[in-house]
Amino acid sequence: MAITLSERAANRVRKFLDQRGKGVGLRLGVRTSGCSGMAYTLEFVDETLPEDIVFESFGVSVLIDPKSLTFLDGTELDFVREGLNEGFQFNNPNVKNSCGCGESFNV
Amino acid sequence: MALLNIAEPGLCADPHQHRLAIGIDLGTTNSLVATVRSGSASVLEDEAGCTLLPSVVRYIQQDVIPEVGLEAQLHQTDDPHNTIASVKRFMGRGLKDVPGASTTPYRFVDSPGMVRIETRAGVKSPVEISAEILKVLRSRAETSLGGELTGAVITVPAYFDDAQRQATKDAARLAGLNVLRLLNEPTAAAIAYGLDNASQGTFCIYDLGGGTFDISILRLSQGIFEVVATNGDSALGGDDFDECIYRWIVEQGAIADATVTDARQLLSLARKAKETLTEHDEARICASLSSGVELDLSLSAETFFALTASLVDKTINPIRKALRDAGLGMDDIDGVVLVGGSTRMRHVRTAVADYFKREPLTNLDPDKVVALGAAMQANLLVGNRKADDWLLLDVIPLSLGLETMGGLVEKVIPRNATIPVARAQEFTTFKDGQTAISVHVVQGERELVSDCRSLARFELRGIPPMVAGAARIRVAFQVDADGLLSVSAHEQTSGVQATIEVKPSYGLGDDEIARMLQDSFTHAKNDMDARNLREQRVDGLRLLEATQAAVDQDGRQLLSDTERASIDRAMETLRVLLTGHDHVAIKRAADSLNRATAQFAARRMDASIQRALTGQRLDAIEV
Repeated sequence: MAITLSERAANRVRKFLDQRGKGVGLRLGVRTSGCSGMAYTLEFVDETLPEDIVFESFGVSVLIDPKSLTFLDGTELDFVREGLNEGFQFNNPNVKNSCGCGESFNV
Repeated sequence: MALLNIAEPGLCADPHQHRLAIGIDLGTTNSLVATVRSGSASVLEDEAGCTLLPSVVRYIQQDVIPEVGLEAQLHQTDDPHNTIASVKRFMGRGLKDVPGASTTPYRFVDSPGMVRIETRAGVKSPVEISAEILKVLRSRAETSLGGELTGAVITVPAYFDDAQRQATKDAARLAGLNVLRLLNEPTAAAIAYGLDNASQGTFCIYDLGGGTFDISILRLSQGIFEVVATNGDSALGGDDFDECIYRWIVEQGAIADATVTDARQLLSLARKAKETLTEHDEARICASLSSGVELDLSLSAETFFALTASLVDKTINPIRKALRDAGLGMDDIDGVVLVGGSTRMRHVRTAVADYFKREPLTNLDPDKVVALGAAMQANLLVGNRKADDWLLLDVIPLSLGLETMGGLVEKVIPRNATIPVARAQEFTTFKDGQTAISVHVVQGERELVSDCRSLARFELRGIPPMVAGAARIRVAFQVDADGLLSVSAHEQTSGVQATIEVKPSYGLGDDEIARMLQDSFTHAKNDMDARNLREQRVDGLRLLEATQAAVDQDGRQLLSDTERASIDRAMETLRVLLTGHDHVAIKRAADSLNRATAQFAARRMDASIQRALTGQRLDAIEV
């Protein structure tokens, strides 16, 4: 069971956390919504919760709740540039199909 | 695959519900767009990796999308009539208010409200031209963020008046942008530096751009930024420094007759040299002129600083004035922020540091700081941050009021009121049977309408005929979050109303606001005297009218000949004094007329009560 960041993603997250001036790490999660069942969430973490499972990746703490982990296990979070657009991308091996834009998915 | 950004805890948006917000610095020379991604603000680049978009628009032909930015800038000399630069200076201005209009190559068309420019693609207003710049920034943002924008915050100079702000808003709407609000440029810079995180403080924003210099003093208290003073020089900027180097090159190279091409080449070399000298101690200038002369000069930083020392000095006096206007000393300033590319020059930084005896804040890119602050504000306004993080308010720069009898100003919203704000005040009629009033909205600090700036005028008609003073007319002023004004009038006893959209009348000089404020201080005593005189005149006139009406109606029955004669005498004295300038004498004459008619008034009252009671049964009288 693991969640990882690509090195590029980790560097970005560290930079964003520095600029933000506070926060202990990055929270990944899923929630049920969106056009294809489930959607990813990606947030800064100011407070850890007792049930959080913590992974370390390139010096960045990645927090996730156990329920989300079942849908995200094995996921690598990457940071990519597409033309002028840039952002984080979930490479999730559990996904069976996703909506056209990839913002929500099914397992 | 959609790319995600990191959200604040608990604020992750639903899929397809991302609220994309941008901040735009719509500058005189360059414009930028910025956004907040994963919690930090950054300026967006175009395909070529450039962040600055030159604020230049070139019209090619009818119904063809104009060129904007660098490619337009290239044609400034060979297609001057159709290539519009620095359009910001024309926003919301009439032709007579555009400084140096005759020195620009444009074919101006003076039209009501705002000047227009004739181009190959037709007559264009500054609003339309600005919209072209905004459209390019909008599409850059939409490609970069991968979606539709929820809204934008656009910055304007602190001294922009209603007309200029409205014009900016119109341009944004024309470009298809939803304007969340307009934000003062110095306030945006302060936000970018996080100065709003302090609980209070007074800051000086030193903004030296390509062609303009602005100084603003901001006061932050309880999360509210207030612009307490502005000053500057609308004809001082980086271009003047280039010009200095250019003149030095011409002198050193003993260039007698530079062609237009030479001049352009040398000017651009001058600019490069200036930029080199911000980091290096020496800049080499090499050029081959059309005359065949090869130029190879070396400009030392020292020489450059000496050449342009007078330009830097010119920025100090406005700082002094702004501090004086704000009633502040150097020790009251908690921080100095540098804005504008020209503040990269080392001697500018040194001069500012020396003057304030403290190091200015410079760690953000001075070209980007305004756009970054705007982006942060936009991000907050669309709800990507918890709103209680900061609440940011602006204030109105000049009092808003309306004209009352005698050409006097009644202030409805005082200067420095935080916006949005709504205030209402009741007014009444001056003459018996008056069925209409004219509402004249003015802006300024002076007591007389003639010394203030006229913003709008409209009429409320259909007031039922009543005795003077019986009508109750409620005039409501509303200034929205962008500093734009709307006024409505409502007669309460009859319910007639005129909710009329106030179109701000365009045209107020750059330094006008500063001057208007200054005048209100220097003329304070005269203004008060003038106000007293006019007030006494209005009161006197009203008294004469009322007395005349009463005498005409009841004088015959209720007055003896001697009484009548003494009232007539008092009225005559007052009438004569009313044409003079002695407000004390007018007051005295009015008082004595009042005394002369006291008996008469009492008798009239008795008589009218008697009339009302005669022939009535006691229990039928309504009290």
